[in-house]
Amino acid sequence: MSKVFDVNKIRQDFPILDRTINGNNLAYLDNASSSQKPRDVIQCLVDYYENYNSNVHRGVHTLSMEATDLYESARGKVSNFLGATDPNTVVWTRGATEAINLVAFSWGFKNIGAGDAIVVSQMEHHSNLVTWQLVATRQKAELRVVPLTENQTLDMESLADSIDEKVKLVSICHASNSVGSINPVKEIARKAHEVGAKILIDGAQSVPHMPVNVIDLDCDFLAFSGHKMLAPMGIGVLYAKQEILESMEPFMRGGDMVLEVWNDKATWNSIPNKFEAGTPNVADAIGLGAAIDYLTEIGMDNIRAHEIELTDYALQKFNQFEELDVYGPTDTSIRGGILPFHSEYVHPHDIGTILDQEGIAIRTGHHCTMPLMRSLGISATARASFYIYNTFDEIDRLVDAIEHTLRYFSTGKK
Amino acid sequence: MLGSGLDDLYQEVVMDHGSNPRNMNRLNDPDSTAHGFNPFCGDIVDVDLILNREGNDIEIISDIGFHGKGCAISLASASMMTEAVEGQSVNQANKIFADFHSMVTNKNVSLDNYNNLGDLEVLSGVANYPTRIKCALLGWHTLIAALKRDTNTVKTE
Repeated sequence: MSKVFDVNKIRQDFPILDRTINGNNLAYLDNASSSQKPRDVIQCLVDYYENYNSNVHRGVHTLSMEATDLYESARGKVSNFLGATDPNTVVWTRGATEAINLVAFSWGFKNIGAGDAIVVSQMEHHSNLVTWQLVATRQKAELRVVPLTENQTLDMESLADSIDEKVKLVSICHASNSVGSINPVKEIARKAHEVGAKILIDGAQSVPHMPVNVIDLDCDFLAFSGHKMLAPMGIGVLYAKQEILESMEPFMRGGDMVLEVWNDKATWNSIPNKFEAGTPNVADAIGLGAAIDYLTEIGMDNIRAHEIELTDYALQKFNQFEELDVYGPTDTSIRGGILPFHSEYVHPHDIGTILDQEGIAIRTGHHCTMPLMRSLGISATARASFYIYNTFDEIDRLVDAIEHTLRYFSTGKK
Repeated sequence: MLGSGLDDLYQEVVMDHGSNPRNMNRLNDPDSTAHGFNPFCGDIVDVDLILNREGNDIEIISDIGFHGKGCAISLASASMMTEAVEGQSVNQANKIFADFHSMVTNKNVSLDNYNNLGDLEVLSGVANYPTRIKCALLGWHTLIAALKRDTNTVKTE
């Protein structure tokens, strides 16, 4: 049963939303960069360090057992959240970037060879592009970049043409951090599997905002970061199918990832520990578990519905700005809560500075998608991005401030 | 008016240069040219110089042109820079840069301490906006590279 979504009640759970910036209430519209943290998550970290802190998977003492239980229980929460069948398919990483690199080094270098191909799209974050440039270059493989349509959705015809039997991996974002487009990843996974390729889904902008089920999508790999979904920075996840994880070599070497060690050789621990060398980020993993509890309590369907409402409202309000180019699809059923815009009269950084004076936090720049910016013929955009605690009132403030900025810069213009 | 102290950053002269930059053109057959890039925002600027030697072998910037994409602050700063250094010796241009760099990176230094800035003082408000200092300096770092005949891309990092 879906619960009542009460944004004002949610806002009370986020202490930082009480802040004023330059004398104005904070309107935090930079969620695609990083989300704010609810009191439950912050308190969970304090509770861990005050009551349970110790190293995991090691001691026989009580604290170590309790810390291990909390840590592994957080892994179970992630597994349930993703609809995975086995918590051992959840590997902790520092974030989506490390998760993608793990796949590149442990799976890519072994399974992609000369003459093979890797497919990515023109909307990838640098983390899901530069990593595959390395693999393609070193392995003498081909990197194919699928172009976008006029409204920055994935060109599905080109995608279909790109996926042939040379392809070993399709690595693609579920939702674009830069233009907001949501890709039909289930369909893409099917196309990849038809030619025997694997699919990696960069879920950094989808897992925090909508229901994502790895079994339903039939994805081989899924990468995402905790800090964009109410959890602390420095914790992220790689999900992969069990048989693939079993077949992969370790990423990093060290303690905890080994089973038995001799002077000249070692054997590996079972999954997922095989990929988790060294003392892990225990507190933040538990923090991610707390964030998932919070999100689950609200309901991912409700969160998605709220963001669609906000985005529809913002897109409609932005229609008044003839001088602004707004990127991404207008159909919010295939768009995340991301609103990038550009004006030839006012540079994004000038907009960002002026909005900041009004307490409105947005991101300005290339959003780690330089090739995408180049394909749009611009160097940067201003980007507002929404989450569970944002309101229509904040969008009104954003629109007023942009109106104000455009007016100021057009009167200054000769 | 923008209020909240923003008028201090976006002064009328800055807005004028930002929307109508001077010397925004590539030079034919320049003696030196440099390319600048701000990875933080993706902004680019190119600076072309014609350099001539005069009596006592003093090198003079006899012509300067720039081209680029950037925010109001970076365009205004580059535009005003071209006006400030055109016709100046390389030594004097370096002194102007030193004063300008100090002015935009130190918010607590009085403008009375600078002797070489002239109109450039309208950009002093940048010092109050740390995230915008690189915007104001991109053109200048590129100028200095052109003076040194450094062909590597200039970065603001």
